Amino acid sequence: MSMVELYEGGLNVPEIITRWYAEEAQFNYGACIPFIGTVREEDGIEGLSFDVYEPILNGWFEAWQVKAQALGAKLKMAHSRGDVLVHESSYIAAVFSPKRRVALEMIEQFVEDFKASAPIWKYDLKNSQRLYARDRSTAIAGAGILGGKQ
Amino acid sequence: MVTIEFLGPIQKAPLTLEASSLRDVAEALKNDSEMAQWLESCAVAVNDTLVATLDTPLKAGDKVSLLPPVCGG
Repeated sequence: MSMVELYEGGLNVPEIITRWYAEEAQFNYGACIPFIGTVREEDGIEGLSFDVYEPILNGWFEAWQVKAQALGAKLKMAHSRGDVLVHESSYIAAVFSPKRRVALEMIEQFVEDFKASAPIWKYDLKNSQRLYARDRSTAIAGAGILGGKQ
Repeated sequence: MVTIEFLGPIQKAPLTLEASSLRDVAEALKNDSEMAQWLESCAVAVNDTLVATLDTPLKAGDKVSLLPPVCGG
């Protein structure tokens, strides 16, 4: 079962996509849908920066792989840690499936759950500072028990 | 003793304390002014598994992690 690939800095998108395509070429998948997330120039940022907590990220990804396998599909994912400059890419996900419908539905569910659940923290790089993107962040489901939410 | 670690943007060194359940951890952190802004939005994991209740038991050597709101991608 493939693991999340983590890289320091921006992703080498052509290398990753080409390699994933070649790795799966002989498994009779009829559909492959990649999602590539690229850092946009916005609000004067120089880039984004990421912290990743690997143990929980890997558990989350394995649970998704099990879900994909049950549908005859396979997921791949790569993410950056540290600084990623404007116009570089920080995230790639891809679904391989026998037919298109499973891949089309799964890429949406997977990317949305990734945004809501994967233990990754984003910071804006602005004026040489690293500023937590709190307004764009989502509390993980079940958060708040230590503050009295049960 | 259990270890409490603070992930991502929470700039705080790990703590060790005596606790038999997460309720004890909640009590200890409520008195920590640095943590007040985080407690309502953090998810909690024990030994890298997310948990949903303060009744989660803890034993010596356990690791409790606090995960603030996330934003990958």
